Amino acid sequence: MSIETAERQDTAAVAPEQPMLEVKDLVVRYGRGRKAAAVPAAVDGVSFSILPGETVGLVGESGSGKSTIGKAILGLQKSAGGTIAYQGEDITHAGAAKRRALGGELRAVFQDPNSSLNPRQTVGASLAEPLRLRGVTAAEAREKSEAMLERVGLPREAVDRYPSQFSGGQRQRIAVARALICDPRLVVCDEAVSALDLSTQAQVLNLLADLRDERGLSYLFIAHDISVVQFLAQRVVVLYRGQVMESGPAAAVTEAPKHPFTQALVAASPVPRPAEQAQRRAAREALGVRTAAAVAVSPGGCPFSQRCPLATELCTSERPALRKVGASDVACHYA
Amino acid sequence: MIPSVAPAPLQRKNALARFSAHRLFASPGGVAGVIWLAAIVAASLTAQWWLPYKTEDQDFTAVLSGPTAAHWLGTDELGRDLLSRIFAAAAGTLGTSLITVIVGVGLGTVLAMLAAAAGERVEAVISRVTEIMMSLPGTVIILAVIGAVGTNIPLIMAILGVLISAGIYRVMLGQAKSLQSQLYVDAAKVDGVSTPGISLRHILPGLTNTIVVQSALIFAVGMLIQAGLAFIGFGPPIPQPSWGGMIQGASQHVYDAPWLMVPTGAVLALTVLAANAIGNALGKTPNATSSHLPSAAARRRRASVVAAVGAAPVAAAGTHDAAAKGQLSVRGLCIGVDGGTPLVTDVSFDVEQGTVLGLVGESGCGKTMTALSLLGLLPSGVSVTGGQILWNGKNLAAATERDMEGIRGRDIALISQEPMRALDPMFTVGYQLTAAIRRLRKTGKAEARNEALSLLEKVGIVDAERILKTYPHQISGGMAQRVAIALALSGRPRLLVADEPTTALDVTVQAEILSLLRSLVKDTGMSVVMVTHDLGVVADICDNVAVMYAGQVVESGRTANILDNPRHPYTLALLAADPHANSAADMPERLATISGQVPQPKDWPAGCRFAARCQFAGSACATPVPLLASGSEEGLVRCVKADELAVEGLEWLATEVPTHRVLKIVEKDLA
Repeated sequence: MSIETAERQDTAAVAPEQPMLEVKDLVVRYGRGRKAAAVPAAVDGVSFSILPGETVGLVGESGSGKSTIGKAILGLQKSAGGTIAYQGEDITHAGAAKRRALGGELRAVFQDPNSSLNPRQTVGASLAEPLRLRGVTAAEAREKSEAMLERVGLPREAVDRYPSQFSGGQRQRIAVARALICDPRLVVCDEAVSALDLSTQAQVLNLLADLRDERGLSYLFIAHDISVVQFLAQRVVVLYRGQVMESGPAAAVTEAPKHPFTQALVAASPVPRPAEQAQRRAAREALGVRTAAAVAVSPGGCPFSQRCPLATELCTSERPALRKVGASDVACHYA
Repeated sequence: MIPSVAPAPLQRKNALARFSAHRLFASPGGVAGVIWLAAIVAASLTAQWWLPYKTEDQDFTAVLSGPTAAHWLGTDELGRDLLSRIFAAAAGTLGTSLITVIVGVGLGTVLAMLAAAAGERVEAVISRVTEIMMSLPGTVIILAVIGAVGTNIPLIMAILGVLISAGIYRVMLGQAKSLQSQLYVDAAKVDGVSTPGISLRHILPGLTNTIVVQSALIFAVGMLIQAGLAFIGFGPPIPQPSWGGMIQGASQHVYDAPWLMVPTGAVLALTVLAANAIGNALGKTPNATSSHLPSAAARRRRASVVAAVGAAPVAAAGTHDAAAKGQLSVRGLCIGVDGGTPLVTDVSFDVEQGTVLGLVGESGCGKTMTALSLLGLLPSGVSVTGGQILWNGKNLAAATERDMEGIRGRDIALISQEPMRALDPMFTVGYQLTAAIRRLRKTGKAEARNEALSLLEKVGIVDAERILKTYPHQISGGMAQRVAIALALSGRPRLLVADEPTTALDVTVQAEILSLLRSLVKDTGMSVVMVTHDLGVVADICDNVAVMYAGQVVESGRTANILDNPRHPYTLALLAADPHANSAADMPERLATISGQVPQPKDWPAGCRFAARCQFAGSACATPVPLLASGSEEGLVRCVKADELAVEGLEWLATEVPTHRVLKIVEKDLA
């Protein structure tokens, strides 16, 4: 344990600016052969990086490719192009052995707390699994599991119980415990709180924030809810149909969005203050963003051009590149 | 030193054994099957010590005899004792059948796990191979093997197992694939568990139930086929007893000694029956048969409760006032599980025509139950146990199922969280919509189609003609919710019950659906009861709101009053926990939380149900708290400290255990 920490400090000292994770021009396609070429890529040239201790939020609608990016980083989905580098090391096509070595440092918390724990294993067995893979003895794994459960606010006795004996929020705490038990450095949280009620959601969000502050964790926080993202993230990447529309500091993206899609997304998120919500509604309607159509966009243009109130011929013919606008990078001809 | 035995598999096995055993012994057939098989096996294995005769002993004084004192089950044509021969043969028959089971189920399961784990290409190859195996005539192959190697029973039964494994593979594949898509499998992959490791630890345990059931059935099949082979002369070499061979022998004396067939035939039949009974008992999933339709008994119970509710005196609130068109007035509504636990108690609210009421709260607070009761759609086993649901002056809580059929869809319609569930995947949108219009408005086909088109346009679908021809799976979630709303509007309802209608949708689509609902309310003057957990949605669309907690309304009133100036600690806490309530600039470092969780109905205290989680709870909270006027317009609040809190302007604080301290202790322990 102490050797590990020492090593960590070394690497930190050698390359303080090296990102924890760097995704470059990532492309992911579903299906095989001709079928895959016919449909637009699920992830189409996405680049971003996560610095040590930083939380990057990945926001977008369903089908925007945000979960696919998480899966590609975790090695659960093959990528068709681009690179994923973990601490400078290319892991895009890492094999099982490499993944196993990474498994302790790069971990995940998934959306559905009902399905992310094996219902036939005790909580203790689920928690011990990643440790046992790394040669920790059963007794030590149990002790660590109990300690970790206590850390996420559950009784130590929970090790001998089954997931079905816990509520959704408690199960998500167990999933967080499982992700953090082998002292990871980067955690991919895929809609980690979307299935939870408000009060439990707040508990899990606080827990994630606390653990980050204690352990200097990096998070890739994937969510459809921009308000939830802005609670945790320092930087936000906004996706639409597999492409980055805007990325930048959380405050800039959520308070002063530059891209028409980000503006629509922020305006559509309702706030629990009736007077302010009425204003936001009026502002959203004034934006004039059109309803999503089922028709596929022309491959050359901006993916948002069909719904965009500002779209011109240029937008349907030429895909805008990301460029610096204020503190953010925006992919819009007219930002 | 603690031995480093992984405790998990042991525990898993125990749990499984407990579970299976429980189910097995719950059915009399299963019990009988187990007893019979156990008896046969025990008797057969111990045969050499207790059998009265050797299998080859011939008693020429009693050839082809029926049951006698000397030969309990009679003798065959050579005067051999049947009882001895049946039990001597049993072990061999059962044992070799077991070979079929092990080979067949084992191979099928392994192939299914391999196909599920290794991806499409491997699956395609294995599937094609098993299809070929299934198309081969099994009898011909087995006879060919016998021709080549002679009657080697274990080998033949193993080959039979291989042939059967193709069918087992088919049964297992779907299940293995669905297990493979579970998130915990993804989690294990992230851990770096190898593919075989995942199959063994996460897939196989999930298949155990099917494996056990299939094994029992294949065991029976194996016994029958083996007996059949012996019957046509391919059994064990002649003097050695076998069930099939004995039946074959008996068949030659079926006219002169019919009894000869009975003992062997009965034992074989009973053993096959026992194996099937065990399979049946294990395969029965608990509660698999409980349908969502109420049973006759449940309907009778409901009728009696309805009568009781109807007989209750009408509340003081004048029903004549409520008789205005399109007015809903719920008074003291109680809903409970039949014969016990209450789920909703004393809920009252009013919905004026053309207004939207929000029912808000966390899951398990009874808001969906309340909404479903308005339509008489409570799940079976749950019913209204008291109070009134006054719709235009008529008490729906006391209405019969027939009355409700006239109201549902026509007066009161429902849209649910999952729009796809409202649409039948087998029929086009157009078919479902016109069918509903024809049924609810009694119009002709052509007219219904025009009406369907105009309804779709009304819910903001631009290319209505095209959508009419599509199937539900061909449209997006937002589009499906629009169609579901159109479907709900087809009976021109005066009240729309919307159960989390936007929860499954993207925020941009949610905003569009909320706008649509708002314009429908404005244009048609219908009212909406909106069930939601999202306070932003409440702020957006609701005129009034009732905050529910643990089956009670804890606060109600005008939306603006409640959200801007909440009086109940629960409302305060919900708002404090909502990240949407804060902009990025003033986002707190920690969100406020509510410790613990919503209590189960059986754990509700007599006093304030929120007290256990409340930051402001005191001794006064232990007694039942009435819903009282909060002082702001017609607002009501169920809290003894509401005034005190309002005066002092207290806020719900983020008070969680200082976690840093807990961690330090833990780390010290570990070191």
